[in-house]
Amino acid sequence: MATKLKSVDAVLVGFGWTASILAKELTDAGLQVLAIERGKFRDTVPDFATTHIQDELKYAVRHGLFEEPARETLTFRNSLDQEALPMRHLGSFNPASGVGGAGIHWNGQNWRFLPTDFKIRSHTEARYGKNFIPADMTIQDWGVTYDDLEPYYDKFEYLCGISGQAGNVQGKIQPGGNPFEGPRARAYPLPPLKRSYATVLFDKAAKDLGLKPFPCAAANTSQPYKNPYGVQMGQCTYCGFCEWFACGNYSKSSPQTTILPALLPKDNFSYRTLCDVTRVNLDSTGKRATGVTYVDVQGREFEQPADLVVLCAFAQHNVHLLLLSGIGKPYDPRTNQGVTGRNYAYQITSSVNVFLKENMNPFMGAGALGQAVDEFNGDNFDHGPLGFIGGGYIALWTTGGRPILQQHGAPKGTAKWGGGWKKSMHENYLKSVSVATHGSVMSYRGSYLDLDPTYRDVYGNPLLRLTFDFHDNEYKMSKFETDKAALIAKAMNPQSIKINYREGHYSILPYETTHNTGGAAMGADPKTSVVNRYLQSWDVSNVFVMGSSVFPQNPGYNPTGTVGALAYWAADAIKTKYLKNPGPLVQA
Amino acid sequence: MSKNTRRDILRTTAGAGSVAIASWFGPQARAAEGDSVAAHSVAGRTLSYFTVPEFAFIETAVSRLIPADELGPGAKEAGVAFFIDEQLAGPFGRAETWYMQGPWKEGTPEQGYQLKLTPAQLYRVGIQGIDDYCRRMFNKKTFAELDAGDQDKLLHSLEKGEIELVGAPAKEFFAMLWQNTNEGFFADPIYGGNRDFAGWKLIGFPGPRYNYVNEIEQYGKPYTLPTVGLMGRNASTRRG
Repeated sequence: MATKLKSVDAVLVGFGWTASILAKELTDAGLQVLAIERGKFRDTVPDFATTHIQDELKYAVRHGLFEEPARETLTFRNSLDQEALPMRHLGSFNPASGVGGAGIHWNGQNWRFLPTDFKIRSHTEARYGKNFIPADMTIQDWGVTYDDLEPYYDKFEYLCGISGQAGNVQGKIQPGGNPFEGPRARAYPLPPLKRSYATVLFDKAAKDLGLKPFPCAAANTSQPYKNPYGVQMGQCTYCGFCEWFACGNYSKSSPQTTILPALLPKDNFSYRTLCDVTRVNLDSTGKRATGVTYVDVQGREFEQPADLVVLCAFAQHNVHLLLLSGIGKPYDPRTNQGVTGRNYAYQITSSVNVFLKENMNPFMGAGALGQAVDEFNGDNFDHGPLGFIGGGYIALWTTGGRPILQQHGAPKGTAKWGGGWKKSMHENYLKSVSVATHGSVMSYRGSYLDLDPTYRDVYGNPLLRLTFDFHDNEYKMSKFETDKAALIAKAMNPQSIKINYREGHYSILPYETTHNTGGAAMGADPKTSVVNRYLQSWDVSNVFVMGSSVFPQNPGYNPTGTVGALAYWAADAIKTKYLKNPGPLVQA
Repeated sequence: MSKNTRRDILRTTAGAGSVAIASWFGPQARAAEGDSVAAHSVAGRTLSYFTVPEFAFIETAVSRLIPADELGPGAKEAGVAFFIDEQLAGPFGRAETWYMQGPWKEGTPEQGYQLKLTPAQLYRVGIQGIDDYCRRMFNKKTFAELDAGDQDKLLHSLEKGEIELVGAPAKEFFAMLWQNTNEGFFADPIYGGNRDFAGWKLIGFPGPRYNYVNEIEQYGKPYTLPTVGLMGRNASTRRG
C-alpha cells in the first residue's frame, strides 16, 4: 500500500538537464517543485575530483556513471518477426543514472538543428515531390519551427557558455563559422576552443577540397565564464577525459556547473534520489494526472500527488513510463495506428581512420574539440539525383587518447593481437586520428517501442521493447557521407587510411551513440504525435514530456542543444500560457 | 572434495546444458575449493578468483596475446593475469550491474551477450573446456604446456569459433579474454596490470594528466613529461 504524500505544484520525473531547466524556470514562477531521481546525488566536489575521475577503466569501460541494466534495461530485436531479448549489459548507448543525468558525462558537442529539419516532410515534398519519401517512412514536421526555438537555443547556449564561431548572425554569414546554420540573434558567448594539430590538418584538407570547415560549438569553456544565473565556470584544460567522465574542473556544462548552484538553495525546490517512478497516476477520466507513484531505496512505495507532471527521464524511459501509465494509445506497426512508442529513431555513424606521418598527441583534447563541415547535412545539398533523404556532418574530433577505448585501430592488414598488433600500437597511437560522420536516421513504420511480453524489471513491470534496424535510405546516406569523409582524410596527406562503412544490421553492441530519439513524438496532429508543439500530452493535459523522446525523427546533429532549447520553450509555455489557464494549449 | 572430482561432476553436468552448469559456480564453487588456500598463491601473491592451474592458463594466454619482445614487456610481465583475477573476483566478474534474469535464449549476434554465465563463470568453464580439449588433442598436455606455435593456433581457432568447447562458446570466451587483456595492459596500474606503465609507455600515453593548455598548440612536438598514474609517478602503488 503506497503512502500518500503532501501534494506539490509540479513533480519532475528525473533530475538531469531538462529537469534542472524546468525546476529553475518553474520555481522562478513561484511553483513548489519536486524532482524524483532514480540515481544518486553527485557533484563536482567531491565526486568528480581529478584525483580519481580520470579513470578509464572505472568510468568508460565499467560504466561508473551510467544506468545499471540490472535495474533498468530494455529488450531488443531488429524486426517484428524476431523475438526480442534483453540488453544484458550496456553497449550501443549509455544512458546515465544520477543527478545531472547524461549532462555530466556528455562530450559537450552542442548543435542547433537546421531550419529545414523541423519541417522535413513538407520541405521534402515541396522540393522533391511526394513520391520521394518511401511509403514506410513516417517522418513528420515538428509543429515547431527553427524561428520559434531560436530564442531558446540562445538561452541554452548562454546558460552553458558555449565556445564557438557563429556562422550566421541575423542573416549575415560570418567568416569561419558554419554558413549553413540558421540565423542566430547573436554570437556564441565564448570564442572557439584552442585547436589540436589534427583539427588544423582537417581544416586545411577540407578547404583544399573547396569545403567550408568551422570549429564545432563546444560546451567546454574556452575561457572562464559566468552565466546569467551567476554560476561561474573555469577554463577547459584539454585533459581529454570528457565523454563518459564528469568534469572535475567546472569546464563542461552540466546541470551541476550551470544551474544547480542557483536552484538547490531555493525554498520552493526539493529533490529525492534513489527513487524509481513506476507510474504516472491518472484520475478516473484518464484525462488528468493526479501525480506519480515511486519506490524508494528501501522498497517502500509512495504516491506523490501533483498538479503538473513533467517527464524528464532519459528518452526511452519517458516512453516506458507513458506506456506503463496508459498515456496515449500504444503504437501498433501492423495497423500504423496509435502514437506512444511510434517513430523511434537513432543516429547512423561511420568513420575513416587516418594514419598520419607526424605526432598528433591525441591525449590532448576536449569532448567537443573538433572541426567539421556541414555541406552534406540535412538538405544542404541536392538529394534529387542521390535518392535518399537526410545527411550528416563530417568532423574530426580530438576528444582524447584514452588507451583502452580510443585506439584508432591499426592500419589495414595488421594482426588483431600478438606481436604484430603490439608493434602497430607502438607505431600508430600517437599518429592516428579519425574522421567521423554523424548521420540522421529517419523514422519508419517498423521502428518503435512497446512493452515486452516476456521480460520484467525489478518491480515486475514489463521491460520496454525496442524494435529497430537501419533502412536502405540510411545505408545509402551513410555510404555517401563516408566517401566524402574519405576524400577529406586522403587530403590530409596520411600514410594510409582505413574506411569503416556502416554495414550490417543495427546491433545492440558495441557502442555507437547515446542519441536515442522518438517514441513520444511531437507534432501538429494528435493521430501521429504524443505531445503537441509545447510538449504537452494531447490526452492528459497536465503531463508534459521533455527530451529527445519527442523528436519525430533524428536529424544529423547531436541532440542536446535542441533538447535544451525545447525544455526552455516548453517551460516558457507552461509559465506564460498553461499556468494562467490550465488545460490543452492546442486544441486537438 | 578434490578438484578432479569436482571437475568430473562438471563434465557430467555439462551435457544438461548451461543452465545446469551455472548452478555449480559462483560462491559455491569457491567454497568447494577453499580447503587448499596455499594452492591459491602465485609468486607470493594470493589469488582472488583463479585456481593455480587456471592462473597458469591465463598467464600463458595473455603472454601470447601481447607478447614480451624488443619493444618491451608483454601482458604477463605487466601483471595482466593478476588484473583479470581481481576483476573476476569483483563486481565485473559477478555481472553485478547486468540484467541476469531469464528466460535464457540464444539470440542473433546483434542481440549481444545472452549467456547465463557471469564473466567469472565464463572464464572457469572456458578454461576448463580449453584444457580438456588440449589434453585430448595434444597428448594430455594442458594449454600452458603446449609450444607457442600451437598456443597461437589454438587462440586463433577460439577467436573464429572453430573449436567446440563444453559449456561455453569459444568465440565469446576469446572475445572476453582479449577485451580484459587489453584492459589490463592499458588500465591505470591501481588495478594490478599495466605494471610500471608498460602499456602506456609502449604507445606514448603520458597517463591521466590534468592540464595541456600550454602544450596543445605545440603542433608535432613530443610531450616529454614523465608518465603518471592516478597515484602519481610510482606506478606500483596499488589502491587497496
